[in-house]
Amino acid sequence: MLTFEHVSKIYNGENYAVKNLSFEIDRGEFIVFIGPSGCGKTTTMKMINRLIDPTEGVITIDGHDAQVQDAVQLRRDIGYVIQQIGLFPHMSIQENVTLVPKLMNWSKEKRKERAKELLALVDMEEEFLARYPNELSGGQQQRVGVLRALAADPPLILMDEPFGALDPITRDTLQDEFKKLQQRIGKTIIFVTHDMDEALKLADRIVMLREGEIVQMGTPDEILSAPANAFVEDFIGKDRLLQSRATVQTVEQLMNITPATITETATTSKAVQVMREKRVDALLVTNEYGTLKGYVDIEMIESHRKQSENISDIHLTTLHTVKKDAYVRDSVSRILKLGVSYVPVVDDDMRLVGILTRASLVDLVYDSIWGDEGAAADEQEAVLEETIL
Amino acid sequence: MFELIGDLVTYYSQNFSYVAQEFYRHFLMAAYGVLFAAIVSIPLGVVIARYGRLSNGVIQLANIIQTIPHLAMLSMLMLAIGLGANTVVVALFLYSILPILKNTYTGIVNVDQVLLDSGRAMGMTKGQILRMVELPLALSVIMAGLRNALVIAIGIVAIGAFFGAGGMGDIIIRGTNVTDGTAIILAGAIPTALMAIIADLIMGTLEKVFHPVKSTPKDKTGTEKEAEPA
Repeated sequence: MLTFEHVSKIYNGENYAVKNLSFEIDRGEFIVFIGPSGCGKTTTMKMINRLIDPTEGVITIDGHDAQVQDAVQLRRDIGYVIQQIGLFPHMSIQENVTLVPKLMNWSKEKRKERAKELLALVDMEEEFLARYPNELSGGQQQRVGVLRALAADPPLILMDEPFGALDPITRDTLQDEFKKLQQRIGKTIIFVTHDMDEALKLADRIVMLREGEIVQMGTPDEILSAPANAFVEDFIGKDRLLQSRATVQTVEQLMNITPATITETATTSKAVQVMREKRVDALLVTNEYGTLKGYVDIEMIESHRKQSENISDIHLTTLHTVKKDAYVRDSVSRILKLGVSYVPVVDDDMRLVGILTRASLVDLVYDSIWGDEGAAADEQEAVLEETIL
Repeated sequence: MFELIGDLVTYYSQNFSYVAQEFYRHFLMAAYGVLFAAIVSIPLGVVIARYGRLSNGVIQLANIIQTIPHLAMLSMLMLAIGLGANTVVVALFLYSILPILKNTYTGIVNVDQVLLDSGRAMGMTKGQILRMVELPLALSVIMAGLRNALVIAIGIVAIGAFFGAGGMGDIIIRGTNVTDGTAIILAGAIPTALMAIIADLIMGTLEKVFHPVKSTPKDKTGTEKEAEPA
């Protein structure tokens, strides 16, 4: 799909922004370039759609040398998303989203059709088409920014820290959404970031750069389990390494499988009874098929006791959830960032399968701190026993 | 006071077609001056915004033209072109260059670099970026320049009557030349002032209409809260 052969970018004849880069990317791969600022990750990306021309080397896209193609045509065939979003404030969402199709002379009806399709991809309603960018929240704007890059259905999309300027919760949501979207539409993505959490979460392969050179290239697991050198180790961070080495990997292995629940058809007095039995002050609410609906706590019941008999009458608060096959390393940071005391665990159909509490985290931390030493102590004992015998 | 208003009414009722004609003539001179200046200054503004080094020199030159007193400018042009409306239009053309040029330049230069980069990265040609991004975003600032130029021009045309150009100035001069001409002076001066104010209001509205950061009409935004995705 995309190959770099000995590509360098040299400024003023001596300063290497990117130095002798060679790698190959397959169709449908999600590649994340990561490194400290000034490592050449953005320069590398911009050379692909020729916003910057390489000084040396050859970049080929689908077997064609990028350098001999018409730059304008090339860019229309490559999606591009930036941190500052860059939606045009004088154009409606529809005009923004279908700008590249317009440049490619699609008919008006086809463009409108495409805009609707795209909005449906991120679950935004059609009425947004007539709105203007300044009426949207940051998260919505960046969704539109991503859609704009997808509009002409390019096989390759470049993303330059697209979620960097969003607040942590929105960023988390968008990352999840985008990863799902990418798996569904199968685009090749080149993604630049300096956030290791983001890289580990999204990437099929990570390219770690430093001073314009590749330090390590591999899957997140490869990089976590075998960092090439001290720089990579530092960049990953000690706690992530610890977390990844712990035997627990997915949320499913760590969760408590008996959360305190109640069905939404039950009465409020029944709920209070269950709370008393289980010694908790809040219950997860599910429907009869076990699908998570929200949670209800003692204060909500207290304030509704007189008007409503059933749980379903109370307006339920929605919760952040994690999938059971999500990695612990992603979910832990979410619990810590959001400051919540528990997160319900659901399967792909939103059915409740367990709960991840702060107590589960204690187990995890205990394992990673005492796990190694425990094993070492066992060994020592065994050695002692041997010598005695 | 009432006598004066009575005189005014009498003057207008007896000379209505004459006043209307001069009013129209006055406005046309101002409009032509600004229009010709716009035809030259807007493209010039775009060019100097592209090539930053030119901008200082060109704006400096326009500044110098602006400092020449109106009467002096008109007199000099009269020596070159002679009496008549053309002299006034040429003077207005020269005076309008600065506000239009400067606003075009400012409008184009102030377009967010992120938007230009983003347009380029999406595969827009230079012409498309100018047409679809820079000009629409600079339009309201350019309109502000035209508004400024037009209001100034309406004022200058009044002096034009001394150079045989006609216009509302003609009526004012008639008033000054007769005894007890107060009513006639006012008959010329009040519409001139009104013309400037109305032109300012209309151009101000246009400026708002062309403001680039658009919003949907208010009645549609009621559903905004619901539409917010979780």
